[in-house]
Parts: sequence; C-alpha cells; structure tokens
Amino acid sequence: MSRRHAPPRAERKPDRRDLGWYVDKAVEVAVFVGGVSAIVFVVGIFVFITREGLGFVTGPFDFRQFFLSPRWRPTSEWNPTYGILALFAGTASVTGLAMLVAVPFSICAAVFIGELTAGRTREVLKVLVEFLAAIPSVVWGFIGLSIINPLIINVFDVAVGLNVLNSGVILGLMAAPIMTSIAEDAFRAVPETYREAAEAMGATRWQVTYKVVIPAAKNGLLAAVLLGIGRAFGETMAVLMASGHSINLPTSVFDSVRALTATIAAELGETAVGSDHYRALFTIGIVLFLITFAINLTADLVIRGTRRKE
Amino acid sequence: MVTPGSDQGNTTPAPAIAETGRPATRIVLEVKDLGVSYGEHVALSGVNLTVRENEIFGIIGPANSGKTSFLKSLNRMNMFNRSMRVTGEVLFAGRDVRRWRNVYALRRRIGVVFPLPVGLPLSIYDNVALAPKLAGVRKRQELDAIVERCLRRAALWDEVKDRLHSLGSLLSGGQQQRLTIARSLSQDPDLLLLDEFSIAVDPVTTMRIEDVLKELRNEMTIILVTNLVQQARRLAERTAFFLSGRCIEVGDTEALFAGDVQDQRTHDYITGRFG
Repeated sequence: MSRRHAPPRAERKPDRRDLGWYVDKAVEVAVFVGGVSAIVFVVGIFVFITREGLGFVTGPFDFRQFFLSPRWRPTSEWNPTYGILALFAGTASVTGLAMLVAVPFSICAAVFIGELTAGRTREVLKVLVEFLAAIPSVVWGFIGLSIINPLIINVFDVAVGLNVLNSGVILGLMAAPIMTSIAEDAFRAVPETYREAAEAMGATRWQVTYKVVIPAAKNGLLAAVLLGIGRAFGETMAVLMASGHSINLPTSVFDSVRALTATIAAELGETAVGSDHYRALFTIGIVLFLITFAINLTADLVIRGTRRKE
Repeated sequence: MVTPGSDQGNTTPAPAIAETGRPATRIVLEVKDLGVSYGEHVALSGVNLTVRENEIFGIIGPANSGKTSFLKSLNRMNMFNRSMRVTGEVLFAGRDVRRWRNVYALRRRIGVVFPLPVGLPLSIYDNVALAPKLAGVRKRQELDAIVERCLRRAALWDEVKDRLHSLGSLLSGGQQQRLTIARSLSQDPDLLLLDEFSIAVDPVTTMRIEDVLKELRNEMTIILVTNLVQQARRLAERTAFFLSGRCIEVGDTEALFAGDVQDQRTHDYITGRFG
C-alpha cells in the first residue's frame, strides 16, 4: 500500500517506516483501546455493583426471604425485611402488559412501513418512528401522570389511575418505536427476490407478507421483541411516575405496584452508604443486571442464529 | 391436450392436466406495439409478436436488449418498480393483461422462473405446496400428490424425496433452480416464462432441465429467454431476436440458424460476431 502511493524517488529506501505505517499503528492502538475499554467498563460496572451488594449477600441475606417474601421493609426499626417478590411482580406485570401493547403495535407498524409503503413515504415514516424512540422517559412518565391517570380514573371509575395498566401502556408506547425500527430492519433484510418469487406465483400482498416475509424475518422479529422486553424491564423513570410506586402483589391491572428499578432510584439517595439497606439495593441491581444481560444475550444469539443460516 | 395432427408433431398425448379441446395452433399471447420504459430510459419499444399454444418460444439477444423487461410486462411484475411504464397491448387468453382486475389470478396462470434460483426459506415441500395452498388446496393427500408430481416433472424428486422437510434454501444452486421450476409448475400455469434459467446452473443440470422443458411443452406454452444462442436452437420452435430494446426479427428457429434471416444483425448475433 505505502509503496504504491509513495512518490517515485531516486534513492528510495525500500524498508522504511513511513507516515502510512505510523498512522496504521496509531489507528490500531486507538481502536484496540476503545474496544477493550468497552469491555472493561461493563466488567467494571459488574464488579462495582457486586462489591457493593456482596456485603449484603454474605451478611444478613436470606435467600428465601429475598426472593420469596413480598415484604420490602428496609427502614423498619425493629425487624427490617428485604423481600423483592412484590417488586419483581411489579416489574414483571408492567413489562408483560407493556409487551401486550407493544408487540401487536410494533409488528403491524413494521409490516406497514416495510411492506406496504415505498420510497419517500417509507423513509419519512422510518425517521418519525426513530424520532419517537428518542422521547425522554420522563416525558412519558409525565404523560402517564397527567393524561392517562385521569383517563383511567374517569373511564374505569377507580380511585387511583397510577397502576399496572397506566405504566404498562406507557412502557408499551415507549418500547414500540424501537421494536418497530428493529422489526422493520428485519423485514428489509428479507431479499426482494423472495417477494418477487411469491408474487409471481399469484400470492396477494398479504399472503406474501404472512407466508414468506414474516417466516423469513422471524428471528429478527423475535430479537425485536426481546430487546423491547429489555427496554421495558430496565425502564425506571416512567415506571416510577406512572405505576403508583406502592408495594403490592398485583391482582388486577388497577393495582398500584412498585418496580425493581424504581425502588433503587427512589431509595438509593436516602440510604447511608454501606448500610444493609444500601447493600440490599445493590443486590437488586445485581438481579437486574443478570436479567437484562440474559435477555440481551438471548436476543444476540437469536440474531446470530439468523445470520448463520444465511 | 394436444389435438392429433397438430403442427407441433407431438404424438404422445399430454396428461389430462391441460385444458382439453383447444386447437394447438391457438394463439396464447399476442403482443401489440409493446413498450416499456423506466422513467426517461426506454427499455423496449414497438414489439409485435404472437406466441402459439404449446410451443417453446425463444427470445435471444445481448444484455440490456429488453428481454427481461418483456417478461416482466407479461404478468405485470412491475409492482416493485414504480418507475416502470408499460404501453401497448399484451393479450393473454384474449384479454389485455392490464385489464385483468385480479392480477393475482393472472399471475397464477403465468409461471415465472427467474435467472437466479430463489429457494424460499421454507421446507422443500412447502416451497412447492405454497402456491396450491394459497389457491385454497387444503387436503394433505392432494398436496402430497401435487408436490410429488411437480418435483418429478422438474427432475428433482429422486434427489430430495427423503428430505422433503429440510430447508429449500439449503439445496445446491442447480437443485434450487429445479425447485423453482417445480414451484412454478405447482400452480398449473398455461404459460411458463423462463428468464435465463441456466445462468447459475452447471451444464449437466442445464441439460436435465432442457429435457424437462421438452416434456412440458406438451402441457403448456413456454417462453424461454436465453443468452445461450444454442439453447434456443435446441429448444425453441420459433425464436425472436431482441436488440437495444427492439424486436428485430421473429422466425422459425431452424430457418434463422440456417441463415434465412431478414436482418443482417440477427445473422451476425447468431453466428457469434457480436453480443
């Protein structure tokens, strides 16, 4: 490379480190540092969370109580209990409802954008969807508080509108744009020849989509759903604002709940560093970290599965 | 079914799959002053030709001569390319294809095989059963019969009969192309369009597919676009020569190859002086 572009010189030393060589080395080092630091940060975060939480796990941690008790009373004077079952149920119920909202919405939106529109319309819609994905979560939380809350109270005639339903809808709307975007990418990755072949056989637009495109894109769609779940699971601010933030094992969508993430956000600033409460919150952090890691890993493996097949 | 004494010279009666009682000289496709353009670019203009029933009609010509555009205009495969404009008339079964209200029904009667094999990411079985299923065939036995018949006719059955439920897109290129042919046969088309089917296929498979086409001629009409002049000679009764978006000449294949041409360029192309 360098030899080809070097100006012809009468007495050129054939083996000399020129500018190209140094630039190449510098880029190599820079890229290496960048790449390694990403790994270092992830590992560092995990180590930090684990170190902070470890004192609790090895100390007053009671496995059964932590995972199976719905009582989260870290500030009790006499008998503090640290059970995350209710918090976990809160997160799970909200996430589940969010997916019920988001999956149909986002798949339909992706089919519309990817299969039924073309050219300029498609590009504009795609940009709009990605714009929706960029709305800050506190704005969604505000929408939950000020719009959906009174709506639920009026429509369903219940006392409180900050509950599973509210935060589920909010989280669903939050997760839908990113899921739409990924699902649409999955549709776009399906070769045009598949559609042509199916159309040539007299398949209608819907038959092409349903029989050929969706099966071909199914791993990408699954990845979209998993990433949506990850997004909903880890969301904090919107859930904190819209869920009611009261510890409950929900029995209906009108129960207020509290999420794992929201608990950490709300309580961490109030605790003394190094106290049991502080460490218990970090243990919740470990649980969250492991769950989101598992979800992302699954999504990644699913996507990789698609690639290998092609 | 081919009427006895037809000019096709087919003595073996076709299976009862084709509609019966049609005279073999009936015209299947009549193209009048066909033009195709993509935006400003004119790909094809002033094409007039007729295709008779149960013949293999060859179309030869160098790259970019409008052969594929011609095929696309026949079954209205212009949905994906909004800039594609078609003018003139294409009479299929006596009716202009652009007047068909149900374009899907039209396409079910015209099968297409594309240059590059397209194994849909379904099982081999489902690749072939897709069109019948879309058309409403539900019975398992019926589907099994269709799948076996089409795969046999595409000379693929023996190679895949033990793994009908493995993925069609994992077959080799030549097998996939035969799978594509089997798939286009599964809808019982009246007209089969083949667009340079042998591009991605080895010579042995090409010969096998050519034998298949000779058989199929008893049952349907075939339009064969090919970049191999000799392939047209081997298969086609009549051949059209396309050049730069114009149909230069249509004639009996043997006559064209014997040098009986009206345009010198046809002769030059056939004898390999250009293209």
